[in-house]
Amino acid sequence: MASLKEMRNRIASVKATQKITKALQMVAAAKLRRSQTAAESARPYANRMNAVIANLASGVSGDGAPKLLAGTGSDQRQLLIVATADRGLAGGFNSSIVRAARIRIATLLAEGKDVKLIVVGKKARDQLKRLYGNRIVEFVEAGLNPSLATAQAVADKVAALFDAGEIDQVTLYYSRFVSVVTQTPTGARLIPAEVAAGGPVIDLKNAAYEYEPDAETILETLLPRNITVQIFSALLENQAGFYASQMAAMDNATRNAGDRIQAYTIQYNRTRQAQITKELIEIISGAEAL
Amino acid sequence: MAEKLHFSLVAPERELFSGLVDQVDAPGAEGDFGVLAGHAPFMTALKTGRVTVIDGGVKRAFDIQGGFADVSPEGLTILAEHAVEAA
Repeated sequence: MASLKEMRNRIASVKATQKITKALQMVAAAKLRRSQTAAESARPYANRMNAVIANLASGVSGDGAPKLLAGTGSDQRQLLIVATADRGLAGGFNSSIVRAARIRIATLLAEGKDVKLIVVGKKARDQLKRLYGNRIVEFVEAGLNPSLATAQAVADKVAALFDAGEIDQVTLYYSRFVSVVTQTPTGARLIPAEVAAGGPVIDLKNAAYEYEPDAETILETLLPRNITVQIFSALLENQAGFYASQMAAMDNATRNAGDRIQAYTIQYNRTRQAQITKELIEIISGAEAL
Repeated sequence: MAEKLHFSLVAPERELFSGLVDQVDAPGAEGDFGVLAGHAPFMTALKTGRVTVIDGGVKRAFDIQGGFADVSPEGLTILAEHAVEAA
């Protein structure tokens, strides 16, 4: 059995750990609120963008449609963008995104497809480096706050690869922020663009739309923009999900530490009492022997 | 007063303006234009410039850099790449 001093040290160390997890939890809670607002205020733009594209796409289907919308007609060369956070201590947040992506990669490889990866966030890189290190074509740090510049950097790389004819399809893996307690790892296809069906499609039959310059030109500038926006909103959702997940994980850790402290304290008190009893018996039997 | 136009100005980070106004002037790629309620459906790319919102004689201005304007029967939506309210 451990000595009393050892047990005291152990209780102190768990208490110190609990203070850290508690502080992290509170920081995460505060940041969650901010990133949740950020994610929500970015939604109107993404939704509008989708509506506009759906609107335009219905007009320019067929052969004239831009490749970003229609795809190259092949699905042989796949590009996966895997976006996680830079840091850990957030329960299964990063791992669940990576797992979803890894399953997809394995399926694609089994089908004989060619897979390339762009990873966003240090955790995605660390977890994918070992298995698929040679497939990673680009690594971007997620950064403390998701910025449009980060999203733009990724989108530019995607555009460069696509224009060079090196990829056919692009899918983005991130964690969709459903609620504070639920984040779902999701794969969203970027190229060919998924046109939101059932969205608020504006009825074009009443009046003909006028385009300046023309529909094709607008669509061609709008589609790359849409990729950036989708990546940006994925980064924002990731950020909110990360803090939510970290808050839950740290809450758990704090409670666990509390349980441990309680168990150790009981053990400590029992040992202390046993020792006192032992000493008393020694004194009494010593006195009786006189 | 005639009917009003529903106008919303959204940047990637947030929605800067949403509401009913009298008139909006915007810098179209092929020339500046003004939109009143009941404008014909129209879509255009925007260049860098100033969007002026006029409502009941009060003017508010936003500086934007690139983007799109979408005039539909429901109103005018501007998707700006960067937008700040001008001082």
